[in-house]
Amino acid sequence: MEQFLQQLLNGLFQGSIYALIALGYTMVYGVLRFINFAHGDVFMLGAFTALGLHKAFGPALASMPWPVSLILILLASMAICGALGIIIELLAYRPLRNRPRLNVLITAIGVSLFIEYTAQLFFGATQRPFPELIPRTPVASTGGLTISVAQVIVLATTITLLIGLRIVVMKTRMGLAMRALSLNPTASTLMGVNNSVVISFTFGLGSALAAAGGILYASLYPSIEPFMGIQPGLKAFVAAVLGGIGNIPGAALGGLIIGITETLVKGYGQHFGIPSGYSEAVAFVILILILVFKPSGILGKTEREKV
Amino acid sequence: MKIRHFVLPALAAALGLASCKKGDDSTINIGEVAALTGGTATFGQSSHNGTQMAVDEINAAGGLLGKQIKLITEDDQSKQGEAGIVAKKLISRSKVSALLGEVASGRSLEMAPIAQAAGVPMISPASTNPKVTEAGDYVFRICFIDPFQGTVMSKFALSKGWKKVAILTDSKQDYSVGLTEFFKKHFTANGGTITGEQSYGSGDKDFKAQLTAIKAGAPDAIFASGYYNEVALIAVQARELGITVPLLGGDGWDSPSLIEVGGKAMEGCYFSNHFSNEDTSPAIQEFVKKYEAKHGAKPDAMAALGYDSAMILFDAIKRAGTVEGKALRDAIAATKDFPGITGKITLDENRNANKPAVILTIKDGKVVYTETIAP
Repeated sequence: MEQFLQQLLNGLFQGSIYALIALGYTMVYGVLRFINFAHGDVFMLGAFTALGLHKAFGPALASMPWPVSLILILLASMAICGALGIIIELLAYRPLRNRPRLNVLITAIGVSLFIEYTAQLFFGATQRPFPELIPRTPVASTGGLTISVAQVIVLATTITLLIGLRIVVMKTRMGLAMRALSLNPTASTLMGVNNSVVISFTFGLGSALAAAGGILYASLYPSIEPFMGIQPGLKAFVAAVLGGIGNIPGAALGGLIIGITETLVKGYGQHFGIPSGYSEAVAFVILILILVFKPSGILGKTEREKV
Repeated sequence: MKIRHFVLPALAAALGLASCKKGDDSTINIGEVAALTGGTATFGQSSHNGTQMAVDEINAAGGLLGKQIKLITEDDQSKQGEAGIVAKKLISRSKVSALLGEVASGRSLEMAPIAQAAGVPMISPASTNPKVTEAGDYVFRICFIDPFQGTVMSKFALSKGWKKVAILTDSKQDYSVGLTEFFKKHFTANGGTITGEQSYGSGDKDFKAQLTAIKAGAPDAIFASGYYNEVALIAVQARELGITVPLLGGDGWDSPSLIEVGGKAMEGCYFSNHFSNEDTSPAIQEFVKKYEAKHGAKPDAMAALGYDSAMILFDAIKRAGTVEGKALRDAIAATKDFPGITGKITLDENRNANKPAVILTIKDGKVVYTETIAP
């Protein structure tokens, strides 16, 4: 029982990291109806930016208590990667704005590969250790259950960003413009919305979220390399689709489902003849089942194509 | 498809032989396949540094058979599938007389049939899986094999009084799967109990689920037979889960990354290896000094094995007096009591080297020698 609870906790934390990455995916999709495949790579750049900042300002940061230095590094990396996201949109996606959606999608794959291999050129392909921004000590171990400080921070950040994002989208003028744009881009222009600004903002915010995800992920699994974004990026994408892409609470729910399923399969699959290496396969089977019976995802709304 | 598999190596062999006869008189081309980038990059970088050092020394001393040695290195990016491709390229395009590499068993297993079909002798510096040299009589290795390495770790665990051990295997690596198998065989046959067996795939980052299951079995130690990259993360997560028992492993742990990433979590863990750079014998200390002067770091086992593999090849070329495939193969097979950095090397009839293993431990962030276990 105790082991089962620990496995559920493991799954919860694993899932919250997927959820955090999925938020960015789903927000960009919700506004622009377009899947930004480069999201996982901005996630990787976030981790490398944090590593670079930590090296550059090491002594100054070491003198602060860790929560302060963590927040400073997190915010600075989010700002840098947010700016990067805006630049990516400006250079790669904006020229294709009125082209068929497929063109943008393929460009996104190209951008993803471009970032990965450019990063490999600059950072090299070897794994690098990631500094201990969050202490790796167990925070609580009652009744045989252990939770580490890093896990708590990840969960707290995911919840904060989830709520924050919800407020931005539902309560602010920019959020209103985002929703208007998502509903009908032409009409929103007629209502005086500057579409370009809104799209830039969406990309910036999405990339900042990805960067935050990258830093927290690297704090949990402290070895980073240029291709580290592919696997979690894919899982987060699945999570977003599972929960209903475009739906923010859906992304969080999808992340948790994937994380918990994977962990339980790794922990108990052996007893049912599923080796732990197949945990991803199980997650994807669940995705297929849900898409078969509810194509719009768990929390997604069914949309009718307008003729 | 079958025809292609057969024709390509044959064609490559024909091309290789044709060109050897024709000329390329000024140099002897030696091919090296190494993982210079990717998941096991420090293996390839170290073995390459060692190999290059051997080549430079021989060339400075006037080369072999009146010619200079030209080392042509190809990076397989630590990728399964890539090692075979670059080995073919080295044989057919660069017309190499012999192949050195790979460190990882899974990738040596790809190269071996290619070298065998082309009649080009291949020496693996550090692949310990027994299947590697079973590919044919042109494939050699200069290190011990996993049945021995698995036994060594099992003996060591039993000597420490660790009777209950859990196992964590990288199911995507032939090396790890083999090592686990041999460890388990010896350990259970000698009174040990396996409390739990878990697996993962290379590239995984989260091992908490497996470790939680392992923790429930309350083992005295955990045998992690994979490579350094995952092992370091396994150690970090094990400590986070409150698992304090030592981790045990094989030569796949040997990398500076192990301690860089694993940090404090690696303290008190043990692994078997081919060589210790703390060994006080003059030959080893001289090698360590030369290596340090050149690369700014102490050599690990992969560097020493890379050096030895090249030196054994050069010794054989000298004795054969030619680089022709068959004669060179016979000369390598006849290697006896070669004074290598990693010990006296004699190749047995299965083209493997019988050598003692050392047990190393991590103490205060450094790899420290503890004992030597003979075959």
